[in-house]
Amino acid sequence: MSTIIEGLFYAESHEYVKIDGEYGYVGITDYAQHELGNVVYVDMPDEGDEVEAGEDFGAVESVKAASDLISPVSGEVVEVNSALADSPELINSDPYANWIIKVKLSDPSEVENLMTAEAYKSHINE
Amino acid sequence: MENKKTCLYDKHVALGALISPFGGFDMPIQYSNIVEEHNAVRTACGIFDVSHMGEVLITGPESEKFVNYIFTNDIAGAPDGKIYYGMMCHPTGGVVDDLLVYKMGDKRFFLVINASNIDKDVAWIMQHAAQFDVTVEHQSDKYGEVAVQGPKTEAIIEKVLGIPCSEMVFYTCKEIEYNGETIIISRTGYTGEDGFELYGSHTFTNEVWDKLLASGEVLPCGLGCRDTLRFEVGLPLYGDELSDEITPLEAGLGIFVKLEKDNFIGKEALAAQKAEGLKRKIVGIELYDKAIPRHGYDVEADGTVIGTVTTGYNSISTGKSVCMALISTEYSKLDTEVSVRIRKKVFPGKVTKKRFYDKNYKK
Repeated sequence: MSTIIEGLFYAESHEYVKIDGEYGYVGITDYAQHELGNVVYVDMPDEGDEVEAGEDFGAVESVKAASDLISPVSGEVVEVNSALADSPELINSDPYANWIIKVKLSDPSEVENLMTAEAYKSHINE
Repeated sequence: MENKKTCLYDKHVALGALISPFGGFDMPIQYSNIVEEHNAVRTACGIFDVSHMGEVLITGPESEKFVNYIFTNDIAGAPDGKIYYGMMCHPTGGVVDDLLVYKMGDKRFFLVINASNIDKDVAWIMQHAAQFDVTVEHQSDKYGEVAVQGPKTEAIIEKVLGIPCSEMVFYTCKEIEYNGETIIISRTGYTGEDGFELYGSHTFTNEVWDKLLASGEVLPCGLGCRDTLRFEVGLPLYGDELSDEITPLEAGLGIFVKLEKDNFIGKEALAAQKAEGLKRKIVGIELYDKAIPRHGYDVEADGTVIGTVTTGYNSISTGKSVCMALISTEYSKLDTEVSVRIRKKVFPGKVTKKRFYDKNYKK
């Protein structure tokens, strides 16, 4: 059973964003890390890069495959989770604590296009 | 067309395996964790359902002559029980398939071919067999096959299955009676570890699977780690390092091509390629970063594309990002600086040996 956290916003491509004021923390869901299996590499953007909602900003790689990361929100990357460079497997152990990028949101209303926890739960059970 | 299922399919589903199509079959890719499965084979014992592999039996007065005509290795005068690895080639030198030839007995050869090539291979064998006094029997549906691999395999097979195998030499086989049927056991595998492969009826295959799992000493392993295991020790996979367009010489498998033997299909083209020198070859590449080079990615040097990645992983046993790649011979010397384009970035690395981890065969 995949863990889904109330209060986060979810994309169909299995990224979440946790809103904290004018910032959003973006990562992949528990469902996604489980589907991927052992994560061995996270390809992350640089701090200062711009990401756009619906566009890819990197990739999560398991042993078998690379999976693009699609940003659920737009804005500037103000921080990347550097712990993932040496320990990508943190995504498997706790994908919600181990966000991938912190974005300064350029359009906070974009979260209205994303799913709530409840809607995401039905999405993965389809 | 619906994929075929092996005789162990229901067991894989019951074990909760991730199932994906491979070579026309719905196969288990992993059961729980690809890294644990990989490490089980390197350190203890794992079992794979490889019933998707194809089997063809060749018998008849001219069977040895015929097999030697379609096969690049030389089986002339082979002792009973010996196994040979080699390829069937097109007249161009490109590879129809890579396979094992088991010399089972007098004028009796058992060919083990790749699942993805079964239809093509059987048609190829039949077509050429017409000119020889041989009988070709396609037996893929008759046999199930399991591969039991890892350093503890020999002891486990003797103890759990009661099949004596410690005296068997690497790359040999024997037929034995087991519960009233004749089964084949060979000391072979595709992991770089010691191990055995067992061929028999679907009933036998299910019984072996159940007994070995029930022993608690053998981990079920999927095709996911079969690929990471064979890759680390530089073994080729048809479709990656070998294809209709890639020759055995380009793949670095020249020792399995006996150019000095009598005529065989592809000999002329391969001899010419050897004389002219290779324009491209399969090499190993190690990247300095942890980004992972995958099949089909471009290899670059001096600002141009010099080849393509054939298989790549973050090697489970070494932790390094490495790949095999088919590149221009000009850049194939050890330690040559090359890079791999991964998504939008170019990652530097160097040419290495294509064996990233040493084999542990019992000779």
